[in-house]
Amino acid sequence: MRKSALILAIAPLIFTLSACGGESGQTANITGTPGSNPAAQATRNRWDTIKSRGKLICGVSGEVPGFSFVGTDGKYGGIDVDVCRAIAAALFDNPDAVEFRNLNAKERFTALQTGEVDVLSRNTTWTLSRDTSQGLEFAPVVFYDGQAIMVRKNGNIKSLADLKGKAICVQTGTTTEQNLADQMRKRGITYKPVVFEDINITFATYAEGRCDGITADRSALVSRRTTLPKPDDNIILNEAISSEPLAPAVAKGDTKWGDTVKWVVYSLVKAEELGINSQNLAQFTNSNDPDIKRFLGTEGNLGEGIGLTKDFAARIVKHVGNYAEIYDRNLGPKTKLNLARGQNQLWTKGGLLYSPPFR
Amino acid sequence: MTNSKPPIWRDQRFWRIAGQFLAVFLTAVVITMLWGNLNRNLQQLGIQFGFNFLKQQASFDIGETLIRYNPSDTYSRALWVGLINSLRVAVAGIFFSTIVGVSAGIGRLSDNWLVRNITLVYVEIFRNTPLLLQLLFWYFAVFISFPKAENKISLWGFIGISQNGVEFPWFTLSPEFSALVLGLIFYTGAFIAEIVRGGIQSVPKGQWEAGRSLGLKPGLLMRLVIFPQALRVIIPPLTSQYLNLTKNSSLAIAIGYPDVYFVASTTYNQTGRAVEVILLLMLTYLILSLIISVVMNLFNRTVQIPER
Repeated sequence: MRKSALILAIAPLIFTLSACGGESGQTANITGTPGSNPAAQATRNRWDTIKSRGKLICGVSGEVPGFSFVGTDGKYGGIDVDVCRAIAAALFDNPDAVEFRNLNAKERFTALQTGEVDVLSRNTTWTLSRDTSQGLEFAPVVFYDGQAIMVRKNGNIKSLADLKGKAICVQTGTTTEQNLADQMRKRGITYKPVVFEDINITFATYAEGRCDGITADRSALVSRRTTLPKPDDNIILNEAISSEPLAPAVAKGDTKWGDTVKWVVYSLVKAEELGINSQNLAQFTNSNDPDIKRFLGTEGNLGEGIGLTKDFAARIVKHVGNYAEIYDRNLGPKTKLNLARGQNQLWTKGGLLYSPPFR
Repeated sequence: MTNSKPPIWRDQRFWRIAGQFLAVFLTAVVITMLWGNLNRNLQQLGIQFGFNFLKQQASFDIGETLIRYNPSDTYSRALWVGLINSLRVAVAGIFFSTIVGVSAGIGRLSDNWLVRNITLVYVEIFRNTPLLLQLLFWYFAVFISFPKAENKISLWGFIGISQNGVEFPWFTLSPEFSALVLGLIFYTGAFIAEIVRGGIQSVPKGQWEAGRSLGLKPGLLMRLVIFPQALRVIIPPLTSQYLNLTKNSSLAIAIGYPDVYFVASTTYNQTGRAVEVILLLMLTYLILSLIISVVMNLFNRTVQIPER
């Protein structure tokens, strides 16, 4: 009896000592690099962490066909997924060196902040507060979207005003939720939000008829409509509620890694602008155009500025293709979604896609 | 020196006190380490710890509110709305699950074969399937499957049931609220039934015999003799079921009822204030649990045998 009491009393002591030991060890480690902020040090290593791991960990939704979705062949596909593959192609010359993690709207930022994922490529809207106070750093927009509302064809709803007093299904943790509230407040329309965390449950509840409308990014509505029991019974209202620039994001404080993701996205756009795609890449390797030479790394060493190889852009195009190829493969007329390029066209063709010079 | 004290390290009292000190010290060390780690990580992300965000405009709407709320109110107001919604579920849930549980518990011991077995099937089904599954069942298979508002089912002329919920002449219960409360009532009720059955069976057989020999009818015997004695055994585990019900109400998030956990998670998502919001939530549930414990302990004291 007395012996066990003694052990009970001593046990915390042992734990304390070991805890102190652990802490002092850590302290020594930190002071080992004088004059530098240990925290900043840790983030700057993200690039090396990925390199030594040998693969990229990419946070995706996994629930939105055309953006990120597991297809019938068991492989991830979609425009967001292809961005991850492009990054892997640039880093490892291997588009399959990616591990995908499915994240819901609520989990995504924490997963990025805590380093669970290296990059978030998950139809995420670039907003000021996310960019400044939530510890995120956005790469260029990969898809210009806008929020919309989907209703049932036979529901007699033609515009937002017709939704007065009606129930609207929304997914939480999205800009969508706030935009809807803003728009309805502006127009003085009272409505009943029915809000869910899970995107599948949000759409299932709408499909069951609990809500008269459902709101999300237009592309997501188009995409999820294909998974509804009777897709053609639903229409998407033309009124745009907001603009939603969807962009990949990385954790703040790591310029090198941020630059890498940024220039991978620009490479996709630039390749399309230069007319280089995965099929005709070989023809361009002997090109005399200095712009193309710099882009493909046959002249100069632009890629090395961000720690990549000279030919990182050529690797991307070889394995994943240019922006147009990615778009057509996932969202274009040959797919179920059949989304027109619209704003997501090159600037030279009246769209918003524009890459800064590769020089 | 016949009565000399033992050396201090052989003294049990010393070790008891020292143990307490060490435990406090250890806790303090762990908290300091975690706090330091948190601050380092937040600093690295350029995020400042603080609760000022509570004064910002929430700018999201909440489907059900008992107090006045609109999207231009603050996050703290939104959280109050959520808390009141949670309390509404907890109070209704505790009240009705007690009725369901006590009835089913007594029913389990009924002389009537049908009553005994119906309650047995009820208890076994509800105790042995996950609550989340039950909530989704109530929501999708029951409430959402009701007809559209135009063709609502009318009960006794004044209750209307449709996809929009249960309409009484003076108020309407949303399908989300109804599914959550019913799910919690029947799930917790099954556990309470077992507690009640155990409590009743713990009353010595002699008490039944004594009651019957006094000529008490079964109903009166249960009410006057058996149940008051069973309460002494029932109340402590019952308290824990009330705590479970209150905490389980946070599963509302799965079926879209805006309880405090739901509003907090939206808040956390819109502001990125994960740590602050989780701390607030922990504090909220802790306070709720402590209140239930204190009330139930006071009640418990009144049913115990007074000792001299």
